[in-house]
Amino acid sequence: MSGNSTYQPTNRAMQWFEKRLPIGGLIHSSFVAYPTPRNLNYWWTFGGILSFMLGVQIITGIVLAMHYTPHVDLAFKSVEAIMRDVNYGWLLRYLHANGAAMFFLAVYIHMFRGLYYGSYKEPREVLWILGVIIYLLMMATGFMGYVLVWGQMSFWAATVITNLFSAIPGVGDTIVTWLWGGYAVGNPTLNRFYSLHYLLPFVIAGVVVLHVWALHVAGQGNPAGIEPKSEKDTVPFTPYATAKDGFGLACFMILFAWFVFYVPNYLGHADNYIPANPAVTPAEIVPEWYYLPFYAILRSIPNKLLGVCALFGSILILAFLPWLDTSKVRSARYRPLYKQFFWLFVIACIGLGYLGSKPPEGIYVVLSRLFTFYYFAFFLIVMPLLGIFEKTKPLPNSISESVLGAKA
Amino acid sequence: MTTVSSAEHSRRDFLYIATAAVGAVGAAAVLVPLIAQMNPDASTIAAGAPVDIDLAPIADGQIVKVFWRSKPIFIFHRTKHDIEVAQNVNVASLPDPAPDSERVQAGHEQWLVVIGICTHLGCIPLAHEGNYDGWFCPCHGSQYDSAGRIRQGPAPKNLYLPPYKFVSDSKIQIG
Repeated sequence: MSGNSTYQPTNRAMQWFEKRLPIGGLIHSSFVAYPTPRNLNYWWTFGGILSFMLGVQIITGIVLAMHYTPHVDLAFKSVEAIMRDVNYGWLLRYLHANGAAMFFLAVYIHMFRGLYYGSYKEPREVLWILGVIIYLLMMATGFMGYVLVWGQMSFWAATVITNLFSAIPGVGDTIVTWLWGGYAVGNPTLNRFYSLHYLLPFVIAGVVVLHVWALHVAGQGNPAGIEPKSEKDTVPFTPYATAKDGFGLACFMILFAWFVFYVPNYLGHADNYIPANPAVTPAEIVPEWYYLPFYAILRSIPNKLLGVCALFGSILILAFLPWLDTSKVRSARYRPLYKQFFWLFVIACIGLGYLGSKPPEGIYVVLSRLFTFYYFAFFLIVMPLLGIFEKTKPLPNSISESVLGAKA
Repeated sequence: MTTVSSAEHSRRDFLYIATAAVGAVGAAAVLVPLIAQMNPDASTIAAGAPVDIDLAPIADGQIVKVFWRSKPIFIFHRTKHDIEVAQNVNVASLPDPAPDSERVQAGHEQWLVVIGICTHLGCIPLAHEGNYDGWFCPCHGSQYDSAGRIRQGPAPKNLYLPPYKFVSDSKIQIG
């Protein structure tokens, strides 16, 4: 990392600084000169989009924290005061709430990209696992942030999710009391969720640094799934990937802005505009859309403990992907059978999301169980077996050949 | 690397400059709400609306303290003696020269309305203390007279006057 950098600052002051803290060289080698496969498509812009969204959430969150009060009697009112009295408070709140939704949308696309192109395969296993850790941290952060509003959905979501831990045999109830800081969800719970909600995004930022570091050690994956063999296969990150990321980000921001300015409450639940009432449970408790698939998996198992295991298992199983998938071929472009199973998996995830929003009755339960079975079967049966039995298409000789044709 | 003609060079330059310009405008637009949200919000501004004070219960020679916009306001019902002493001071000898007529409103010389914050470092001076029939600030020893003017001590300025007007002879509106 130190020494042999191609970065030579021309400015005298920069040369002085570079000798003492070579951050210019680090940025140059990581984001300017960094060799990037020349065949990346727009699915690769979501890493940059995610970094940007993390920044948006942290900045809007810190600013919102200047006006929010984490006390059960004052929290809901303080959020309404932000909406009505604080200068541009409405904008900051909608940016933060819809920003969370956009953050999850981007992370799901980013993860599906990884599944399709085999980004989790050797030598990128640690990169992938760091990503799973980031995803888990995001889920915790998002959950706690939603509770802070202290509406009906906030309170009852907190009750339901913390009660999950009571499924643990023996110590379950002790753990739940410890989480609550009381005999039910209350002020101690709200206060500690506020503290942790402020902390975790910075933990995420730290893991993101490790994630990008791990990426730069292995080099970027690419749609062909074959490693760069020569300089012809790569282009410098700036201006090529920078421009592509910038354009992808601009399009993403248009979608973000559409939600924030035209339909800011579309993704939310109306019941969260009712102040929390510990005595009355709403007719249906539903999490935000980005948790719905896991909610459906949880409810599809009739046993309490096994349901909780299925819920956590459905996320933790992602960490084992590099070893579950036995195929030597990375990219689904050259795996015709895997490609079909993959798209079925996407449909199953979307289906589970839809079913998570429905009451657990009748046909919805049957379908949830079907899709849950396919979810786990995809990881535990399809992936290991396909690697052995699938007839893959021939791989191209090099990246530049796959892009420019044989005359490259 | 393939060579690029100078026409395409300038198109790329144009694109770079245009992108940077739009980016700069965007960055400025983003900064506006982030900085503006720290300004007083609507409820704080509403709470800072003018207050009406009834002067009738304030006895001759009494000093009362009220709050406006979270600042203490001294209202001094000056006796004839207080007014004479304040008017007869040699204005040129004052650290912050101001005649008594500038400290009160015409026709209402018996009412002194000043912001009760020492102009040195912000403590609240004590009423009816000090050598000048006014206030004494215990923090660093500044002394103000019966017109709220600084006479002695480290404070640089006279006690500031809030905006106020007489709604009637016995009622003022501060703010």
